[in-house]
Amino acid sequence: MRLKNSVYVAAEVVTPVLVLLVILWFTNAGSSFFLPPLQDVFVAFADNWLFALVPTQLVPSLFRLFSGYLIAVVLGVGIGILIGKSPRIRRQASPVIEFVRAIPPPALLPFTLIAFGTGDEAKIILIALVCVWPILLNTVDGITGVDTTLRETGQSYRIARWDTLVHVDLRAASPQIFAGMRAALPLALIIMVISEMVGATNGVGFFIVQAQRTFAIPQMWSGIILLGILGYVLNLLFTLVERRALAWHRGSRADAV
Amino acid sequence: MLTLQGVTKRYGDPQTGTLAVQDLTFDIGTNEVVTIVGPSGCGKTTVLKLMAGLLTPTAGTISINGAAVTRPPEEIALVFQDYLNSLYPWMTVAQNVEFPLKRKVRERAVRAERVATALESVGLVGFEGKYPWQLSGGMQQRVAIARGLAYQPQMLLMDEPFGALDAQTRADLEDLVLRVRDAFDITIVFVTHDIDESVYLADRVLVMGPRPTFIEADLPVDLPAPRDQIESKELPEFARVRSDVYRRIRRSSEAMRTASTQTVGS
Repeated sequence: MRLKNSVYVAAEVVTPVLVLLVILWFTNAGSSFFLPPLQDVFVAFADNWLFALVPTQLVPSLFRLFSGYLIAVVLGVGIGILIGKSPRIRRQASPVIEFVRAIPPPALLPFTLIAFGTGDEAKIILIALVCVWPILLNTVDGITGVDTTLRETGQSYRIARWDTLVHVDLRAASPQIFAGMRAALPLALIIMVISEMVGATNGVGFFIVQAQRTFAIPQMWSGIILLGILGYVLNLLFTLVERRALAWHRGSRADAV
Repeated sequence: MLTLQGVTKRYGDPQTGTLAVQDLTFDIGTNEVVTIVGPSGCGKTTVLKLMAGLLTPTAGTISINGAAVTRPPEEIALVFQDYLNSLYPWMTVAQNVEFPLKRKVRERAVRAERVATALESVGLVGFEGKYPWQLSGGMQQRVAIARGLAYQPQMLLMDEPFGALDAQTRADLEDLVLRVRDAFDITIVFVTHDIDESVYLADRVLVMGPRPTFIEADLPVDLPAPRDQIESKELPEFARVRSDVYRRIRRSSEAMRTASTQTVGS
């Protein structure tokens, strides 16, 4: 068993190294202008992102990403509770929600551009607009799924409305809410990049397009790699937070099985 | 202390909905242990939820100490059969017991004291920091009972609380119920489908008839206190009441089988 584990761990390290070596060989052997030697890309990455361009390009991107995402979480959970708590509102709202969320997000970009310009607001609003749906729908799902016995327990002990909301409903729905937030995270990153590629004066998306336009291909790739790392780190951070917040859920589920 | 007067409950439409309970009238006296027993599906849970103020009767009145019950009254604490979904899995044992007291008892020290006393009386000292799902079913139900006791109700309503537990755990918890009744000086209404349990615990057994639920019999149990799982059950009085209850329930079950009415979950 232990041997098997160490083999897996070794494979986890060896596989990426192998992939890197193949890319290194391939980009050096071929002479494609668009696939520059990997070492050039690494040099460009170090020049740009350790840490010369971080304040001017990465920080604005992160600001938009987190602002938009945070707004989406607040709105999604808030409205989700409202809809989840009221069957009447739920019936009225669900067709509208289903329609609006079926619109492919980038299609809204022209709208936010003319409505809010090329500043941060437009991008933040677009990110929020896109990320809100999975969070909203999952919150509704979670709130409506709160167990009847759990609800009646609260009623019979005359738990105050606010306490019920914060300590019972939200907690009971939190596995679903987290699932929604997890689904929204990559969306936020995607929309951030797209919005920066179309109308922006800074940001990682802007940087990539700018590099492409000036044929600074290693620079372009360094931006793309940065986005990959960003997505990976964000997911890792999210997983850590989720693990802490839902420790009880994993415990109770493991026990039930 | 709790009085039901002509209580009727229809689910759905008040005129044409399914009739679950019809014209139910009975009294629960202070410090009594009353068990409600009946064939499964006879609407026992409906009766209990009416008493707990979780359901509103379609007709008739329910009052506690003379005041009409329109919402869950402060005098009553409820213990559910489904302890797994009645305890909050994100709270520890102590937090579960304390939660209903948050607004009711302002002083933190008093609250902590009540929680400690309640947990001690159900034999859960040392488990305060555990989560419910880390405990066995019997212990989880003890937590639920402790939560009820810490609330300091005048009446503990228990809905088939030991239905999902094994025989030994069940016997232990039955004795626990009788002990806390004396220690906390409370009235207990205990719904069960187990006939032995209903007789063993009770000062009075209410036997429910088939739907629409009515009181088929109101039987006093004249067994000496304190009760003992072995000795009390050897007494002729136990056998007599047990047989009486059994015959009535068998009759009801047969009546329910022959009457092919639509069923509503109890």
